[in-house]
Amino acid sequence: MGHEVEIHAEEEAWRNSPEYAAWKERYDAANHRDGLFTTMSGVPVEPIYGPGPYPGEYPYTRGVYPSMYRSRLWTMRMFAGFGTAEDTNARFQDILRNGGTGLSTAFDMPTLMGRDSDSPWALGEVGHCGVAVDTLADMRDLFANVDLSSVSTSMTINGPAAVILGMYIAVAEENGVDLADLAGTIQSDIFKEYQAQKEYIYPPRPSVRIITDMIKFTSDEMPKWHPISISGYHIREAGSTAAEELAFTLANGFAYVEAAVAAGVDIDEFAGRLSFFFNSHSDFFEEIGKLRAARRIWARWMKERYGAKAERSMLCRFHTQTAGVSLTAQQPEINIARVAIQALAGVLGGTQSLHTDSFDEAMALPTEKAARIALRTQQIVAHETGAADVIDPLGGSDYVEWMTDEMERRAEAIFAHLDELGSGSILEGVYAGIDNGYFVSEIADSAYRFEREINNGSRIIVGVNDFTDGDDGEQNILRIGPEVEEYQRKRLADVKMKRNDADVQAALDAVTAAASDPDVNVMPSIIAAVKTYATLEEVSVAMEKVFGTYVEKAVL
Amino acid sequence: MADAPIRIILAKLGLDGHDRGIKVVARILRDSGMEVIYLGLRQTTDTIISAAEEEDVDAIGLSMHNASHMTLAPAMVEAVRAAGLETPVIVGGIVPDEDLEPLAAAGVAAVLGPGSSAEEVAATVRQAVNTNR
Repeated sequence: MGHEVEIHAEEEAWRNSPEYAAWKERYDAANHRDGLFTTMSGVPVEPIYGPGPYPGEYPYTRGVYPSMYRSRLWTMRMFAGFGTAEDTNARFQDILRNGGTGLSTAFDMPTLMGRDSDSPWALGEVGHCGVAVDTLADMRDLFANVDLSSVSTSMTINGPAAVILGMYIAVAEENGVDLADLAGTIQSDIFKEYQAQKEYIYPPRPSVRIITDMIKFTSDEMPKWHPISISGYHIREAGSTAAEELAFTLANGFAYVEAAVAAGVDIDEFAGRLSFFFNSHSDFFEEIGKLRAARRIWARWMKERYGAKAERSMLCRFHTQTAGVSLTAQQPEINIARVAIQALAGVLGGTQSLHTDSFDEAMALPTEKAARIALRTQQIVAHETGAADVIDPLGGSDYVEWMTDEMERRAEAIFAHLDELGSGSILEGVYAGIDNGYFVSEIADSAYRFEREINNGSRIIVGVNDFTDGDDGEQNILRIGPEVEEYQRKRLADVKMKRNDADVQAALDAVTAAASDPDVNVMPSIIAAVKTYATLEEVSVAMEKVFGTYVEKAVL
Repeated sequence: MADAPIRIILAKLGLDGHDRGIKVVARILRDSGMEVIYLGLRQTTDTIISAAEEEDVDAIGLSMHNASHMTLAPAMVEAVRAAGLETPVIVGGIVPDEDLEPLAAAGVAAVLGPGSSAEEVAATVRQAVNTNR
């Protein structure tokens, strides 16, 4: 009996603490979702267990909001995009019908690089890894019959983000949607492009100028819009470790903050609309530790180093996607298990939204059935596991708390290096690290180390270097035929024929003029240009005339 | 001549920026004694051909993760032949099984898929080069 009394006393201690009472007051004031909040066996569960600091309280290790998933489940945001705008719109409609609560758009490679479907560079790439968008006409089809005032949309594009945002704004205006009602995110995180994903157009400094223009424009006109999603996902996919993903991403975040503040924007005006995007890989506790550490580090730096005052500025709110790179081409069905574990790690890490990969994505874009299984996986985590009933259920575990601290220590060591590289400026440190190859070589080194561990058999990947029986080699993959390229080129030719060339040219000249004057915001001229049906590439080139292009040094 | 180290160009042809795999392969091939000339991202068939002539390489390795292999890999082989070269073209990356035969028919010397071991990667390059020598 003595043991039971001891347990009781420990629980009594935190339950009677003033911290708990303060949290409870905020928790009670929040809306709560409907739910049983009992285990399958009928045991009632409280929203939180253990001592503070509690969720919704600095430094937010346990969650950004006091009530987390007790108020609202994470947004199940499934990334989709392939072929033509009509094809992708059909997938969007399917996602919304099946209970998806947000849309996320994947663009094809030419679009991501600011190239039109009729560019020689686009050969063999149109519609392959996302949807092709050349002009406002495509954007209109992409979001046909989607209520932009109520559905939040995410657009994963960086180099030409300002032009795509301009097209989105133009479509919203056509539909009579107030810009202030537009909710969503445009990725627009250019630093990780030079570091990992390599979808850049202009050199770093002009790119950051465009981003600060977007931050300013959305601060004034689109208060619900996230002008940037600071993304570690691609850094991890490119081969970094979890700690490098964490550190590079947050350092990039600090760099954008420094850039916007230097451009005269008040930190609390925009920092609350910054959001993050992390990877959830298979090493379960490391991922959870990483996500918990991200919240704590961001809060500390925003408060202590950058002097943010508003609570919202200190909140590291993030989207999570399961690790595409972890999916194996061998025995692809077993990827369903990997994705489920990674999704659970994201949820236990307190994510605000989640994309689950489809099991067939190692070889191609997901089929509709595979995409549905991926969404259903999230629904199982949400409704069957009980993981969403208690906030930060792993908080207080010695291992998870240690891992959280360890992730933070490793990230701080990298921040110190960047701070030194930039002589006291993280922004300059990030520029320097891009310039001297620091980021790409760290990532390549980590990728190679991991590959060697797999190759020498010391790290087991099921189905790849062990347990390899049972690969029947059957594949049912989504294929984008050459007819998409043909169709899209014809469509672009039609749009170009019908537009007024003089209007287009004048609008493009205005974009170039705006780009060449650092005191002018480029956004209004871009919006005006896309309305004349100037193409993505034409607008991009209008800015290239001033900004030039970026070519990576080929380093191994 | 047969004892001279194999010289290979590795390049990303087209817009695809996924360079994790090609960088790992470059290190694998270097570790196995080959001379690797990494051209980097956003190469065209022209830039690859001129580098191949200048560097007098034994093989060209392309990495493709964007489902553009059915268009770009045959284009590369054609460009090699048009330049009067016989350099074998090897493709690594995401290539579905059903594409293997048409790629072979188009003259691609070998395809390395995900999960290939370091030994397989090096052996495949050696074999493609030796068949050609």
